[in-house]
Amino acid sequence: MIRPRLETHLRAQVANGRKLLIPYLMAGQCPEWLQVVEGLAAAGADAIEIGLPFSDPIMDGPVIQAAAVSALHAGTTPMGALAELSALNLEIPLVAMTYYNVAYRAGHERFAGRLVEAGVSGAILPDLSLEELDGWSEVALAAGIDPVLLVAPATGVERTAAICQRSHGFVYAVGTMGVTGERTELATSVHEVVDKIRPLTDLPVCVGVGVSTPAHAATVTAFADGAIVGSALVRRLLDGGGVAGAVEFISQLRSAIDEGPA
Amino acid sequence: MTTINTPMGEPTAEGWFGSFGGRYAPESLMPACLELEAAFRDAWADPAFHAEFESVLHHFGGRPTPVTECLRLSNQLGIRLLLKREDLAHTGSHKINNVIGQALLTKRMGKTKMIAETGAGQHGVASATAAALLGLECTVYMGEVDTQRQALNVFRMELLGATVHPVTSGSRTLKDAVNEAMRTWVSEVHDTHYCLGSVMGPHPFPWMVREFQSILGREARGQVTDLLGDVPDFVVACVGGGSNAAGIFSGFADARSALIGVEAAGGAAISTGTPGVLHGMKSQILQDDDGQIIEAHSISAGLDYPGIGPEHAHLADIGRATYASAGDDEVLDALQMLSKMEGIIPALEPAHALAWIIRAAGKEIPLGSTVLLNMSGRGDKDVAQVREVLQAKGLYR
Repeated sequence: MIRPRLETHLRAQVANGRKLLIPYLMAGQCPEWLQVVEGLAAAGADAIEIGLPFSDPIMDGPVIQAAAVSALHAGTTPMGALAELSALNLEIPLVAMTYYNVAYRAGHERFAGRLVEAGVSGAILPDLSLEELDGWSEVALAAGIDPVLLVAPATGVERTAAICQRSHGFVYAVGTMGVTGERTELATSVHEVVDKIRPLTDLPVCVGVGVSTPAHAATVTAFADGAIVGSALVRRLLDGGGVAGAVEFISQLRSAIDEGPA
Repeated sequence: MTTINTPMGEPTAEGWFGSFGGRYAPESLMPACLELEAAFRDAWADPAFHAEFESVLHHFGGRPTPVTECLRLSNQLGIRLLLKREDLAHTGSHKINNVIGQALLTKRMGKTKMIAETGAGQHGVASATAAALLGLECTVYMGEVDTQRQALNVFRMELLGATVHPVTSGSRTLKDAVNEAMRTWVSEVHDTHYCLGSVMGPHPFPWMVREFQSILGREARGQVTDLLGDVPDFVVACVGGGSNAAGIFSGFADARSALIGVEAAGGAAISTGTPGVLHGMKSQILQDDDGQIIEAHSISAGLDYPGIGPEHAHLADIGRATYASAGDDEVLDALQMLSKMEGIIPALEPAHALAWIIRAAGKEIPLGSTVLLNMSGRGDKDVAQVREVLQAKGLYR
């Protein structure tokens, strides 16, 4: 399963003047999740984050927690979900997002190997801090997986520089101090965190956590390279929106981003 | 990664006890962990902070707690059994030591709020107490199952002015209370300290909490040495996360005493767990082949935890401490035995350690041995639950 590598693809898109849209869904959160992945790819996603369910997701709010519970109850396992992904025909890269214990328990080499077999070329492990990155980072890169690191509003400038130096694929700008989940208003910290990252890297900078509506996505992509939309999509799928609902939402996000902020 | 092998010394700069510990926290929390570490190092090097800590624990917390020799039970078991009486500390357990330390540190950092997780409610009550004393706002996260098992402790916390937040995610017990407290900390970190209740979590918590609890180990070392003219042959403590055990072990780590931690049989992370990462630390964790955390099960809400503090995993690794487990039935027997023979109703948690001592006397514990048990908490919080269980078993009318 050859798909474009995360960083190569995203850099090329940005170089072409395209603003990035990266939706997130949880593997196994609904029976049709694989069709949803294909639908999102066709409807204008530039990469897709695939959540691999973990029992104790401390960075996630109630919606993604519920999706993880739903996936685990349906018998989804991280390795099983990856095996299912390998069958898909996609022209955009996939990024796995899970918690470090899933990778640690599997073993770094084995986990990276399964990601590669699944056609996944990036990995986000939000509880793997810069301090503990050694070991996984080298194995991932050697296997062809871009470890994507996060910068939070509370991260200081020196630390941001160190994180940017070791991030690959893109830099994940955490938009607000909080766990994943929908917000009515975009946090004021979004602008600051992107401004902090910009001078320290030439990687694409994508904003996630609290980017919930087409208007939010349009606003953040006016100054960031991309928007990551998780809980708002995951909720629609949990509510039974199915492939059609997901595609409709992603199309709205795409149009809003392409048109720019109102 | 560098390793240390001095039993119960300082962890490495990155928070490692041998191959366990570390700092596996989301980036949003990392600046807070680093700030906390700096603040703790600064405070712990400051004699004025130590003086205030010890003064509050003396005048408010009831320290030093006594050591009591169990004459009748010793006679029956053929050993010499001593109890370090943390059940007599204010709020009824050793938890007060840690929360006074962290509440003083919260003020020193200029923060005005504390959040805490609790299982049995002891750490929640202690946190609410310290917050009331020092004028801090306090919110306690408690699994919904535990709020029902420990309804009176919920009322105590509320009486002390704290807000209790029932946690309805996951298994609705201690593990999920920790998850929820961490999630809350992410969004409130600017003015809020997370007062973690045990020797677990990301660095510096396992080290800091042990340091705050080491006061009970130092006291016990002096008291027992006065009484016996020697250190005890065995030092025994129950272990959930492991803070009372870390406190008492730290007083004897450099001595010849055998150190024994007793886990709940349904949450025995050392004997049935495997290395994993949970709640910000690498330690021994109950998990399946996919790395999903397995829920612990115990009659004691305070030991219902699928992990163990990283330093305990390290002490087991290097053979300095040994970890056993005790099941619900023998724990109930031990609780009744101590009540009837010594006039002390223990909490269910230290009743695990006592159950092991009763089982091991004359076997792993040779007859005539001296044994120090850390009586980490009193049983008041558990009597309603114990009565129900005994009634259900037809052992009480």
